[in-house]
Amino acid sequence: MSLQSLDIIRRSATTTPSPQARGAHAGEVAKLIDVSKCIGCKACQVACMEWNDLRDEVGSCTGSYTNPPDLSSESWTLMRFAEYENPDSGNLEWLIRKDGCMHCADPGCLKACPSPGAIVQYANGIVDFHEENCIGCGYCITGCPFNVPRISKKDSKAYKCTLCSDRVAVGLEPACVKTCPTGAIVFGSKDDMKQHAAERIEDLKSRGFEHAGLYDPAGVGGTHVMYVLHHADKPELYSDLPANPTISAAVGVWKGIAKPLGLLAMAATAAFGFLHYLRRGPSEVDKADEEAARRELENTP
Amino acid sequence: MTNHWVDIKNADLVLIMGGNAAEAHPCGFKWVTEAKAHNKAKLIVVDPRFNRSAAVADIYAPIRVGTDIVFLGGLINDLLTSDRIQHEYVLNYTDMSFIVKDEFEFKDGLYSGYNKDTRKYDKSSWDYVLGDDGFVKTDPTLKHPRCVYNLLKEHYARYTIDMVERVCGTPKDKIRLIWDMIASTATKDRAMTILYALGWTQHSIGSQNVRSGAMVQLLLGNIGIAGGGMNALRGHSNIQGLTDIGLMSNLLPGYLTLPNEAEQDYQAYLGTRTQKPLRPNQMSYWQNYPKFHVSLMKSWWGDAAKAENNWCFDYLPKLDKPYDMLQAYELMHQGKMNGYLCQGFNPLASAPNKGKLIDAFSKLKFMVHMDPLSTETMEFWKNYGALNDVDTANIKTEVFRLPVTCFAEENGAVVNSARWLQWHWKGANGPGETRSDIEIMAELFHRIKALYEKEGGTWWDPVRDLAWKYSNPKLPTAEELAMEYSGKALTELRDPKDATKVLRKAGEQVAGFAELRDDGSTACGCWIFSGAWGPTGNLMARRDNSDPTGIGNTIGWAWAWPANRRVLYNRASCDPSGKPFDPTRKLIAWNGAAWGGADIPDFKADENPAGGMGPFIMNPEGVARFFARGNMAEGPFPEHYEPFDTPLSDNPLSPGQPLTLNNPAARVFKDDLAQIGKPDEFPHVATTYRLTEHFHFWTKHGELNAITQPEQFVEIGAALADELGIANGSRVKVTSKRGHIEAVAMVTKRIKALKVDGKTVHQVGIPIHWGFVGAAKPGYLANTLTNAIGDGNSQTPESKCILVKVEKA
Repeated sequence: MSLQSLDIIRRSATTTPSPQARGAHAGEVAKLIDVSKCIGCKACQVACMEWNDLRDEVGSCTGSYTNPPDLSSESWTLMRFAEYENPDSGNLEWLIRKDGCMHCADPGCLKACPSPGAIVQYANGIVDFHEENCIGCGYCITGCPFNVPRISKKDSKAYKCTLCSDRVAVGLEPACVKTCPTGAIVFGSKDDMKQHAAERIEDLKSRGFEHAGLYDPAGVGGTHVMYVLHHADKPELYSDLPANPTISAAVGVWKGIAKPLGLLAMAATAAFGFLHYLRRGPSEVDKADEEAARRELENTP
Repeated sequence: MTNHWVDIKNADLVLIMGGNAAEAHPCGFKWVTEAKAHNKAKLIVVDPRFNRSAAVADIYAPIRVGTDIVFLGGLINDLLTSDRIQHEYVLNYTDMSFIVKDEFEFKDGLYSGYNKDTRKYDKSSWDYVLGDDGFVKTDPTLKHPRCVYNLLKEHYARYTIDMVERVCGTPKDKIRLIWDMIASTATKDRAMTILYALGWTQHSIGSQNVRSGAMVQLLLGNIGIAGGGMNALRGHSNIQGLTDIGLMSNLLPGYLTLPNEAEQDYQAYLGTRTQKPLRPNQMSYWQNYPKFHVSLMKSWWGDAAKAENNWCFDYLPKLDKPYDMLQAYELMHQGKMNGYLCQGFNPLASAPNKGKLIDAFSKLKFMVHMDPLSTETMEFWKNYGALNDVDTANIKTEVFRLPVTCFAEENGAVVNSARWLQWHWKGANGPGETRSDIEIMAELFHRIKALYEKEGGTWWDPVRDLAWKYSNPKLPTAEELAMEYSGKALTELRDPKDATKVLRKAGEQVAGFAELRDDGSTACGCWIFSGAWGPTGNLMARRDNSDPTGIGNTIGWAWAWPANRRVLYNRASCDPSGKPFDPTRKLIAWNGAAWGGADIPDFKADENPAGGMGPFIMNPEGVARFFARGNMAEGPFPEHYEPFDTPLSDNPLSPGQPLTLNNPAARVFKDDLAQIGKPDEFPHVATTYRLTEHFHFWTKHGELNAITQPEQFVEIGAALADELGIANGSRVKVTSKRGHIEAVAMVTKRIKALKVDGKTVHQVGIPIHWGFVGAAKPGYLANTLTNAIGDGNSQTPESKCILVKVEKA
């Protein structure tokens, strides 16, 4: 893996310093999803499948417009549709949210990942999975407060939205942004996106959505995928978007122990990962083991 | 569209009714988003379902399917009684002051002249009073009891807000709110656009739905202005081009019309179409009909079309009746039409009443398909279990399948909803043995001609004389055909005012329809397209998107008919003196010597406004009509009639009149009438529609589309689901008088039960996209449920209103 060309600033389970010479001088990037402009057309889903060469199964109708029914290793983004009867206005609202990786500034997946270099963060803020290093343990899922990564049934590796890091690296916008017909998805520097969001929020407030606001949750250090919400005070209305996402206690505690021990803990984890790999190969962690580990960690003061 | 896609951004208010723009036109919908984001526009959606457009609307109101005229008639009544209309516009640019014949009347739901045996009207009383000078009598004070204004007021007085709530089921507070928002655009500085589609047209009263919307826009002064208009969003790439080029059975290219059986005399045929002005100094543009017609005949029959044979008028078929698709399938069903060339069409899926179609197709001797994809119609004879349970052994129809290229595999122009002809270039060669439609039709022509030459035949003159001057007769190119429909000079054209001046050399392309002549010196295959390929080349291929005024007209991008004009009737955006009503959205203006501005004036370029010429130059009145005269089958003012499948037993607008429960002027075939559902047997009201993820019946062949919307479903309101014990995601059976389908139930809060005429009406949503061929999960054809009764004017089938019974499968 070339660290230099990809301008990586953080790597999972790694303590050697990343190259420092380069920086994201144009600022960090962000994708802004304006839920109030989204018509749920799924063009973003199709663009994502096309650009990333993904084909999920032709599934079934489960009684919802959301198709495929959930994120998967082949569906890195999808529209979630929620029907909400607003008690204040008496109006029905159909809240359509494009779900996918939020590219947290403080990524729980990266922190939780025991495999060196399987999860990286670029200087521009994108959090990317490098599947060649993935051991399929699923800790990234535990670490993610948004329930985004999915383990592939084909290769037992974790997948999620890359924010089209390959496109962004050459100055293009992510595929979903390019295809969005209504301009509900926009992309640029995080500062510009915040400014754009402010205009949109003002417009929504003028239309009676007094709690319109930007979703850029502080609990994960802010995100590089942000939402404009009509009801920023109730993000959970949007198909359970967490109100105060934080990295799971399991990861926090684990890091808490790890921090003073530093290198030792990292090395131990890496060794565990390696031994695990040797013993079990790149397959899923036994569910019971994982549960037991989590309970143990949670019980740790 | 009177206006165009980009122009939607100029609107202050967007009404989506009879359509679902966000769902069916997501790319064009960006301009609604733009109007909201940068013009502070509000969006209103009125629809039976809370749909994807409603998801981003400022206000949504439910409505019972098939009752749009009641809602709009109520609005017309409200605007008139509260006097919230654009007075200067209405008085000067519409027929409000025109006096109507005393014999004209409306009583018990019927207009004067009805014959119940023929289901047709004698329309002679549906007209204006003419003075001795041949012009219509008017009363600009609007006091005359027989002026259109007072007749209109009287007609819609029955359409009270209580009546609207009772018939449409729309809650009164929502109606009030929406009507007030709409009324706010009666001022000169506010514009509303109406976006509609098949939700208004696929009804037995579809044309009148559209007219009702247009009348609202006229009252508000919203026709001809930027951000306004009546905007039909076409559902099929190039379906606008289909009507433009005359593919309806009664049309010739450019909305010229075929003669009917009684019109054997050429001069009489021209006479009724060459309309003289009905008011002083009006343009009455159809006075040019002979120029367009003769140029068409020269284009088709070349040297054989001469003055002495009336330019081959006898070669044109004379219609005894319209031969629309419903008529054709009826004839097949009766065994009277026994061959079918089916080109780019999947009627078993797209046309109503699948059961009748299976019977009809089974009686054919042969059926030829030209299509890039496999379709249900090609396989109508094949048993697909419950999805298509036919007895193959008893179907004798011989089916030929000719694979053709698709649009991306050929050059040509597609006409979009905005009337733009946009040239495109082929992206790839067609696969395998595909040929283009043009190549197949050319070969067919040559073979028929060769057969006639060999064997002779009765009256084959039209085939013998057909002009066929293509460099490769076997394969006319899109470029040659485009030059042909755009038109050229056949001989040198000299300036009528100065004979020494040569306007066009022989063989040169003309710049527009103004250069066409009725003496055989020009040829033009479609006058409204004239100029698309002019003396300077192919204007449809232009890609200049500069927009110097910012109003979004981009007149250097492609080419719009007519004459590259982007907003029709744009003269009406100015007051009678020629000043823009709203200087902030100026389209054109009179500068003292000529008209000009950001658009091509839809007017005589040097006509001084002082002369009083009206902006609606295609009408002999020069103004827009509230009173449609004899142009509509049902009557001059839109009147509400229930759908044929109706949950009501009486029409609340004309109570106690069985004759006017449904459209009394709709053409109804006997067998279809026997298949009308009744509410006691089919208590639920269903409607059909499209989804964003799919395009009609094509994209179920596409893997990506199939992934995003894999399996057939029907949408059922939570109240009905509770009543019937139907769980979300379970399977249900939906039955109409014509047949049944089974699908997954999508139980939703987005469809609410409505209170209609004292009873609860549950509506059910039926997306259409599934069938038994393709990559998506196999499903039933939704048109199994629909009936084959069409609109009284266009014969568009009433696919939007079906009585059904929903039950657990």
